[in-house]
Amino acid sequence: MRQEQRRQQRLRITFAKGEEVKYISHLDVMRLWERALRRASIPLLYSKGYNPRPKISIAAPLAVGFTGKRELMDLFLERTIAPLDFAASVRKQLPTGVTLAEVEEAYPALPSLQSQVRSAEYRIIVETQETPAEIQGRLGGLLRSEHLPRQRRGKEYDLRPLIEDLWLAEKTEEGCVLRMRLHAGEQGTGRPDEVLAELRLKDSVRAVQRTQLYFTSPKDTA
Amino acid sequence: MGSVLEMTMNYNGLDSVLPGVTKPARYTGGEWNSVVKDWDETEIKVALAYPDVYEVGMSNMALMILYDILNNEEDVLAERVYTPWLDMEQAMRAADIHLYTLETRHPLAEFDIIGFTLPYELNYTNVLNMLDLAQIPLLASERDGTHPLIIGGGSGTYNPEPLSDFFDLFVIGEGEEVILDVLHLYREFGGDKHELLSGAAEIEGIYVPSLYEVHYNRNGTVREVRPTHPKAGPIVTKRIVDTLPPTPTKVVVPYVEAIHDRAMIEIQRGCTQGCRFCQAGMIYRPLRERPLDEIVTTADELLSVTGYEELALLSLSSCNYGRIEELVETLLARHSPEHTSISLPSLRMDSFSVKLAEMFQGRRKTGLTFAPEAGSERLRRVINKLISHEDILSTAQAAYSRGWQRIKLYFMIGLPTETMEDVEAIAALVKTVRDIGRRQRGKKAQVNVSVATFIPKPHTPFQWLPLEERSRLEEKQALLRRLIRGRGLKLSWNDPDTSLLEAALSRGDRRLGRVIQDAWRRGARFDAWTEVFEPQRWWAAFSAQGLDPSFYAHRERPLEETLPWDHISSGVSREFLISEYERSLREETTIDCREGPCRACGILATFSTDAQTAQKALWGCTPVKETPG
Repeated sequence: MRQEQRRQQRLRITFAKGEEVKYISHLDVMRLWERALRRASIPLLYSKGYNPRPKISIAAPLAVGFTGKRELMDLFLERTIAPLDFAASVRKQLPTGVTLAEVEEAYPALPSLQSQVRSAEYRIIVETQETPAEIQGRLGGLLRSEHLPRQRRGKEYDLRPLIEDLWLAEKTEEGCVLRMRLHAGEQGTGRPDEVLAELRLKDSVRAVQRTQLYFTSPKDTA
Repeated sequence: MGSVLEMTMNYNGLDSVLPGVTKPARYTGGEWNSVVKDWDETEIKVALAYPDVYEVGMSNMALMILYDILNNEEDVLAERVYTPWLDMEQAMRAADIHLYTLETRHPLAEFDIIGFTLPYELNYTNVLNMLDLAQIPLLASERDGTHPLIIGGGSGTYNPEPLSDFFDLFVIGEGEEVILDVLHLYREFGGDKHELLSGAAEIEGIYVPSLYEVHYNRNGTVREVRPTHPKAGPIVTKRIVDTLPPTPTKVVVPYVEAIHDRAMIEIQRGCTQGCRFCQAGMIYRPLRERPLDEIVTTADELLSVTGYEELALLSLSSCNYGRIEELVETLLARHSPEHTSISLPSLRMDSFSVKLAEMFQGRRKTGLTFAPEAGSERLRRVINKLISHEDILSTAQAAYSRGWQRIKLYFMIGLPTETMEDVEAIAALVKTVRDIGRRQRGKKAQVNVSVATFIPKPHTPFQWLPLEERSRLEEKQALLRRLIRGRGLKLSWNDPDTSLLEAALSRGDRRLGRVIQDAWRRGARFDAWTEVFEPQRWWAAFSAQGLDPSFYAHRERPLEETLPWDHISSGVSREFLISEYERSLREETTIDCREGPCRACGILATFSTDAQTAQKALWGCTPVKETPG
């Protein structure tokens, strides 16, 4: 490995996208990070060629309007920085709503984060007067179906295999909290709003938070 | 785990509408460097309003400057507001959400002062729409001390008459110092509107339309604009600053991609080239440069506080900044290691500019833009655009041979004394440039041609001229479409309805206030957006109000006529404008102020007391050697 490559570093960042910034898009988030890192004078590695771009890759885009509790991003740096120093500098440059939860070194030759995403888990607050039993009934009905044919952008697909799990987590005064784990990857990506549409609860949704992303580990891809 | 309460707390009126609109982040604020002050503890609350959508407004330098100055005052807070897009407007009206500012989401109606910048006539209906969405009475005459004071600034104030019904006062010229005068006045008179307006009338650069009456001749032209108050002077002269005040560095960085998504530094203000069609070149005189060292230090600060990847060096003619090459070299040396790029908004048409562009575009040659404006040398002399045919060709040669594939050229049609030969010359020139490109770069060579319709503007030597007749314009556009086609060529032009409306509004009188209101009531908004603009609304409004857009746009005005904006002075004299107009008819050119003798445009005479200061050396004016004549 060349001298300079040995000095390069891959950092894996876990961050939260909170209430204050839930309406900014995926591209806005990428831009936000690039600028925060530049303000913190982090030595980002840029691609070569006519239009150098910083090597920042976010595991999975988060839909506009959703918050994200543990979002993942990989950064490539030109030279090594101690994760603690990185965190200290960067935290000062993050706008309200974006929080840095964890930063750790990652093996540079690992496959990309995007290629490793397997599924995503969501927490959804629903406003409804239905009883827990009635809601369980809806969920059960959905889970018992073998197929859920739907259309996305004119193409047909089956939503059912993309729903890995779906359950009622809590009952609240205004309604309830649902949780679901949806497949993400080559076979397709399940979207919470589609599941909610199938449950006929789409208009009762008050908040959606992606709580966790799940990844295949590198050895699984062999 | 975040509490359920935390997640539902923000579900309010906004959360019920934002998921249904495009780019909801336009309406939520919280951007890096936005300033949020304590509402209850801060005495004077100012809203800065841009009458277009967020992405456009966020690129406006004037509001960034005022935001900075106002927030630096301890007893003042400044917040931003932009025009909600059509879908958001609809949702807000349905949910009864009143227009609010981004920093603290306070309703606009709760502010003490609202300052609108007026960069473009086709934004006027957005001004009305914003006031209406804020539940503020549109007419100044219907507002009292309990309503916000509505102030207008920007280039539109050089003919403020069409908006006179809606604004309490206009700030003509540069706002950095006069805004402090306004605050001073406000601290003294606060809610007493009567005292406030008469005090304002005494401040240089402030025009209070309600203190003037307009009298018309029977033929509809203006006879007189008469002050009706002892404090109101017959002429309101623009304000300028002697030297450019420091430019803001802690600027708000949007989440949403702004139309000009980059850090900006104004490297000079004003222009000395004297192009006769150009209003900016006349109204922003005198030229003042920002010292090079100051630009370099400011750039360091600005980039480190924002994290922007690109820095633009703004001015009307950046290549004419004295030490531009040194400046670009210095900035590149300091900032390319962190992959920051430098850009200049416009280039002169010569090989120097190409060399410069190569410095900052480097290997990534996106494209070069030039503005010959007219196809024939004769017509270029008429408009005082001093570029020879050879200059154009050698610049094209330099650009293509150094690796650029795409050149964009700006032209105009409808210029005074223009013939069909002049129009054909555009096509011939463009094809010659394309052929040069083909010899250098083969089939990939591209020339993008933009032919705008010339609109005569107030305070220019052409301010008396008519907008060209629609049928002639369409004939010329059809000719260009026939001639400029084929490989490597792309042509764009202006819609004639847009041109007519802009021409009428920019040189209209006070009676147009009724037309603007009528058009807005018929649904006109975002008129600058071609996909939204519905000309019929406007023509119906004109007709219903008994007025004709052609009266304002198509009429050639005699030199003796009182123009609706004659009581507003840009510092450039009427005599100078007439002299330049007469020179244009003789195809005589006038050299750049910095290269030739002073032609006594009037600026030095108007601002003579200011010009005594040592800073005069940095104005682009050569000393007056002879008496003006």
